[in-house]
Formats: sequence, C-alpha cells, structure tokens
Amino acid sequence: MSVAHAAPAVPEKLTWSGGSEPLKASYGKLMMWFFLLSDTFTFSALLVSYGMIRFSQPAWEGAVDKFYFSTTHWPIPEKVFEAVPFLHGMSLPLVFVGIMTFILIASSVTMVLAVEAGHRGDRKDVEKWMLWTIIGGFTFLGSQAWEWTHFIHGPEDLAVAAKQVVDGVTVPIEGANLVRNPYGPPAFADLFFFITGFHGTHVFSGVILNILIFFNAATGVYERRGHYEMVEKVGLYWHFVDLVWVFVFTFFYLV
Amino acid sequence: MSTTHSTVEEIHSHGHDHDHDHDHHELGFIRKYIFSEDHKVIAKQYLITGILWAFFGGALSILFRLQLGFPDMNLEWLKPILGGWIDESGKLDKEFYLALVTMHGTIMVFFVLTAGLSGTFSNFLIPLQIGARDMASGFINMLSYWFFFLSSAIMFCSLFLETGPASGGWVVYPPLSALPQSMPGSGLGLTMWLIAMALFIVSSLMGGINYICTVINLRTRGMYFSRMPLTIWAFFFTAVLGLLSFPVLLSAALLLIFDRSFGTSFYLSEIYIQGQALPNMGGSPILYQHLFWFLGHPEVYIVLLPALGMTSEIIATNSRKPIFGYRAMIGSMMGITVLAFIVWAHHMFVTGMNPFLGSVFMFLTLIIAVPSAVKAFNYITTLWKGNIIFTPAMLFSIGLVSLFISGGVTGIILGNSALDINLHDTYFVVAHFHLVMGAASFFGLLAGVYHWFPKMFGREMNKTLGYIHFWLSFVGVYAVFFPMHYIGIAGFPRRYYSFTALGNNAEAAFTDLNAFISIAAIITFSSQAIFFFNFFISIFKGKKASQNPWNSNTLEWTTPVEVGHGNWPGEIPAVYRWPYDYSKPGSATDFIPQNVPYSATPESNLPEETEEIAIEKDIEGLLSAQNEVYNR
Repeated sequence: MSVAHAAPAVPEKLTWSGGSEPLKASYGKLMMWFFLLSDTFTFSALLVSYGMIRFSQPAWEGAVDKFYFSTTHWPIPEKVFEAVPFLHGMSLPLVFVGIMTFILIASSVTMVLAVEAGHRGDRKDVEKWMLWTIIGGFTFLGSQAWEWTHFIHGPEDLAVAAKQVVDGVTVPIEGANLVRNPYGPPAFADLFFFITGFHGTHVFSGVILNILIFFNAATGVYERRGHYEMVEKVGLYWHFVDLVWVFVFTFFYLV
Repeated sequence: MSTTHSTVEEIHSHGHDHDHDHDHHELGFIRKYIFSEDHKVIAKQYLITGILWAFFGGALSILFRLQLGFPDMNLEWLKPILGGWIDESGKLDKEFYLALVTMHGTIMVFFVLTAGLSGTFSNFLIPLQIGARDMASGFINMLSYWFFFLSSAIMFCSLFLETGPASGGWVVYPPLSALPQSMPGSGLGLTMWLIAMALFIVSSLMGGINYICTVINLRTRGMYFSRMPLTIWAFFFTAVLGLLSFPVLLSAALLLIFDRSFGTSFYLSEIYIQGQALPNMGGSPILYQHLFWFLGHPEVYIVLLPALGMTSEIIATNSRKPIFGYRAMIGSMMGITVLAFIVWAHHMFVTGMNPFLGSVFMFLTLIIAVPSAVKAFNYITTLWKGNIIFTPAMLFSIGLVSLFISGGVTGIILGNSALDINLHDTYFVVAHFHLVMGAASFFGLLAGVYHWFPKMFGREMNKTLGYIHFWLSFVGVYAVFFPMHYIGIAGFPRRYYSFTALGNNAEAAFTDLNAFISIAAIITFSSQAIFFFNFFISIFKGKKASQNPWNSNTLEWTTPVEVGHGNWPGEIPAVYRWPYDYSKPGSATDFIPQNVPYSATPESNLPEETEEIAIEKDIEGLLSAQNEVYNR
C-alpha cells in the first residue's frame, strides 16, 4: 500500500535537481510540517509571555509547608492542583494532571499504531486505533474541563486559607476566573486559562480531525485511494499537540 | 496535486451539469474567475485588490497631509464624503486624524505591500518560474485569497463606524488599544481591526506554506535550488519570514483581545483612566511591544524582499548582463532573513530597556547594513557597462535601488541607540521607512507589474504613460520624503494633529516645508492615476504581446502568450542552466533561456559547463518521475 504514495525513486545525486520530492515527502505532509513549525512560534510566544510575566512577580520565599495563597506571591503549583475526582479532601499534588498527561501520551501511542496500520493497509486496525485515539482525546478534554471547573470553583478549604478584605471585613472567596484569582496574582489565572485553553482548542480540533479520518477510513475512502497518508498527516498534528502539552505541563505544573 | 488531472475531472463532472453550461471545455465563470484555484487568477485577484487598497490608503494620506501642510485650510468641501469627520470650524476632526494615520499604515503595510506585493507575485511567478503546473495546493491557495478578502472587507467596514476605525497607530500599542474607554477608536474599530488582522494572518500563513512547499517539491527537472531565479529565492525567504513571524503577532493579538474583552491583565498594570483606578495588575505593555516587533521587524523584509528579488531579475534582463554575484545575492537575502528575527528591539530603545541590551540590538541592527550593501553594490555592478534598456520596469527597478540606498543610509543613523533616542517617533523615522520600505517596495511592485504585465494579460502596457508615471513618481517621492528628514531633525513628532504646542516658534519655521511636502504628495498621488488608467485600459485594449517581449531567460516566457490552466500545453520544459546567461561570449544571441541545454550551445560553453552535458541525460530521465509527482 505504501508503495502507492512513496516518492518516485531518483538517483541520489539528483535529489535536489528538481522533478522529484527532495525530502521524500508529499506536498501535503510538507505543508503539515511547516504549519506545525509556524504553530510552534505561536505557542512559543505565549510561553515566553508567561515567563516574562511570571518572573516580573515575586515568588514564594519561605518554606513549602508554610506556604499560603496570596496575591502577593506566585503560587506553588502543587498547592493549587492537588485534587482528584472522587478522592474528596485528599491532598494529591499533581496526581490528576499526571493522569491527564499519561492519557494524552497514550493517545499518541495509539496514533502511532494507527499510522503503522495504515502503512500495512489494514483498514480494520486503522479504525480500531483511530477510535482509541479519539477516546483518548475526549478523555483528556473531559479531564481538563474537570480541572478547570475545580480551579474556577475552588476547594472548600481555600475559603479558609485565603481571605479577601472587602470594606474592612474579611470574607472567604471562591476560585479563580479571568478577573480575580485567590490562589495568587491574577496573571497566574489569566495565563493558565489562556494557554491551557489555547492548547485545549488545539486538542479539540485534533479530535475533530481524528473523527474525520476515522470516518473516511471506516467508509473505505483511503482504501479506494490506495494509501493512508491522511492518517500520517493528522498523526503529525496529534503528536505536535502532545508535545506542546509537555511544555505547557512543565511551565504551569512543574516549574 | 495533479492540477491538469483534476481539471480534466472537473471539466468532466461539469459536463454532466446541463443547467448553466454553454461551454463544455471551460470551467464556469465562478470557478474560473472568482473561486479559482489557478495560481494566475489568484495572483490577479491579489493584484487588483492590492491596487484598490493602495489608492484607498494613499487617499487617506492625502487627507492628513492637508491637515499637516495647511492647518488653517477650510475643508468644508470634504463634508459630502467625510460628513461628521469635518467639524463645525471646517477642520479635520482630531480623532479622525489619528484614525487616518493608523489606517494608512495598516492598509499600506499589510494589505498593499504584503498581500498586494508578495501575494501577487509569489502566486504568479513561483509556478511559472520553477516550472510547475500550479501551486502545491490550489485549494488552500484559493482559501488564502478569500481569507484575505474577508479580512479586507472587515477592515473596510471598520472605516465607516460612528466611533471610527482603529486609531492608536498601526502598531496598536496597549494600554491605549487595550482600553475601549481610552479613545473612540479603541472601541469597536479596534475590535474589527484585530479580527481583520487575525484573518489576515491565517491568509498569509496558508499562502506562505504553499509557496514554500511548491518551491521545495514542484521544481521542474534540472531546476536545482542553485539555478532558481533570484525572484524565487526572494519569495522563498519572504514566505519563511512570514511563516515564523506572523504567528507571534497572532499570539499578541489574541492576548490583546482577551485584555480588551474578557478582563485579563496581560498588558495592563496599575492604571488610572479618567481619574478612575482600574483593577488590572501584573501585566506589561512592553510585552506587547516585544511580541509585536517580533513580527513587525521581519514584516519590513516581508515587504522588501520580494521587491528586491524582482528588481534583480529585471535589472539583469534589461542590462543584458548576468546578475553580479548570484550567490552573494542569495547569501545576503539569507543573512537578512536571519538578522530580521534578532533586531526587533531597535524599535524599542526608548521603552527604558537596559542600555546594554540596547547596545546588543544596535550591534545586530547595524550588521544588516552588510548584506544590504552587498545587494546595492551588486545592482550597481550589474548595471555597470550593461546594454541598458530603459523599459518602465527597468526605470522603476533602478528607482528602487536609489530609494533603497537613500533610505538605508538613514537606517544606519536610526540604528544607533544614542541617536535614535533623539529621533524616535519624529518625522525623520517616517522619512526613513517610507523611503526604504514604503516607496522602495512600492517601486518594486510597479516594476513587477510593468515587467510581467504581458505574461499576466497577454498585452503590453503603454510605455510613454509608463515613463511619465515613473518620472512623476520618482521625483515626487523624493520631494515628499527628503524634506521630511529636516522636519524630523527639527523635532517634529509623528502622529501629531498640529504642532502649535511645540513652542519656540518651530512650527512657523517649517510651515512652508510642510506645505511643500503636502503639495508634492498630492502630485505624486495624482500621478498614480496615470498608472491606474494605463493598467486597466491595457488589460482590454493594450497592444498584443509577443511570447518573450523582454528577451528574458526564465521559464515563464516559454509558456504560450495566453497561458492556460496548467501553464504548459505539453510537457513542462527541463532546465539546464542558471537564468542569467545574458550576452554570453561566443553566443550568437544575447540571451540563452534556461531550457536550452549546454549540448546545444557548444560555442559559448565554459569548460565546467561542458562537463554538465554529461548529466543532461539524467535530468531528462527525470521526466517520468516528475509526471509521477503530478499524477499521484
């Protein structure tokens, strides 16, 4: 199957002589690569902005166990993201986001398997692995929705931990949104929502693309076409989205 | 991919569609001229949209030049057009003045000199000069134009808002742009500006990806990178610049949209407006400037490189000499491309940045003078002792070289942080960039239109009108921008409605010069009407062009006069030599097109070229591989 879309065989000394595909990649795959290069700069700009704003704000100087939420210093991520669904009240720092990350990376693995099945021209396997990839994508998005919801509502004890002084009266406050943020400086929430949201939008469009590919594979479009290159192209996008998450994860949760 | 292939299919499926089908061998009007996937039609769409925008953007500049040159003039006569923007005293509304300079900048930089220049000529020339049937993806190419069109439409509509279009300068710096209450133009006008720019970025991304992939994958057999015309090299680097810098503007714009509409504080920090403290804290307006200029500076070269590339081609052809230093030209463009990304902060010397950092950016900025000078000298040495043919395109190309040098020299002055602190945001800067990137690129655009018009429309433009147009433009541009340097050194700041508050009577001393500039601007702008009529009348009534009117070497002139879909009716020609074999010693003709093999020209071959004959068979053998690429 893969023979049908391989680059035409050309003597090595004529690789760059024109009349062939010098990088052994069809124009469609090249376009995806260059789009991803461009998108890298979009994300880089956002992460650089994150870095610049973050390091213009004071960090927590004291011991970790003395840490408290306040707008006067940047929060420690382990203290913010320590909830897991169904395990109410337990302190499990970064466990849930770790599971999310694992799911997304696992969906990259199933995508690799789908691409490999495409090389073999095995329609059934392509369908199976694409379906797993789609499920992985949706699970990640669902987990992110939970993570956001939790961040927006705030844990119950935050009301005790962080207090806001309004008109001289100390009142407990709720979680974060784009305007206020009880966990730390507002910029922390702004950047968190914007960058994970922008990444989530990418994941969402990736899932839509995956569904289209699954549909086309299932209806035999690629079998009739003779090759499964579309799976590869969308696979590139999916791996990219995963790779970006690794950076987003590092910046927001680990550093 | 398979353009001819899919065209055949389209015609076939179209043939079954009897309702509105009078010609079975043609695409319908809508697919042929409106939603076309043919790169030549898309190029013309870009060109005509660009020309219309250019007149619009130019007209806006005339309006604010009236205010600057004749501050006491009664502009009541403009009421029928501008309505409420002319106030009771018959003068231009102050807010509208700011909107005018903003929209003039936006339109000229993005819509004319990016889309109108690179969009037109990258689309038109890349497939024709590298020997391809069409762009890699005709569909994405079509989308690229229509995203640009949508962006244009939104930007155009914003001009008619009651609160006016965006007014914070074409750079739309926050906090002015981030707070809708800061000025009328920061309201809906700026929202529409941001939406239009986001669509524009999508359009340029789709165009750029197509240009790059087409150049890499669809060169005809024998078209090594080292045999590509300099135009193609320039378009290639331009596309790379756009691909890597526009996404950063997208990020900047998205963050600004959030600050404006959703209450975030990315660019906003402790700020009072109209006596009221805003809740925002923690952001940085300087961050926006960094993100903006990371695009903004490469943008200068996105505008300029295509013009330089076309100039290389036109000057070599019309000097009947090989371009001087072909590889040095490629190297200098590559150098400019790399440097373009690491000099952005020279636009920000007065933001209070660390002086050491300023020195680093100053150092990097001044290095740009090296590749720029290489280019300037190579143009001059190509012209040196050439058999120069002064076509209108050639005149505009030489004009470009002149403007590039005179504008570039002041760039060295402005690149010095110590001098820039004095000259920042004065008319000296305005004069500098209008010469070096505005007028120079515009001359490149005009040169390209005059040179490739016969290929675009199968007809020639009127030469006499071309000469008149050139001299009025050339003298006019210098008359406008040369005096502006003095006004800048005298301390006149840009974007000011009037200078009455300058004190020390400086305003009075320069009243005459400002009036002179305005008159020159009006004459220069009016003379573009000559081009306008020449262009549109020649499309229909021009003299029929011959196949290769300029005796040029590049592949586009091997296509029929009326180029059809797929560009070459038979096989695509193979390429055996570089594109600059003009006046080669020993040759009977003064040009040898790229598709003439060395084996056919033993009388003019150099020893190393005779050796190339050995691989000609190999290159011809690539025909089946090449067709395979198209027919998959």
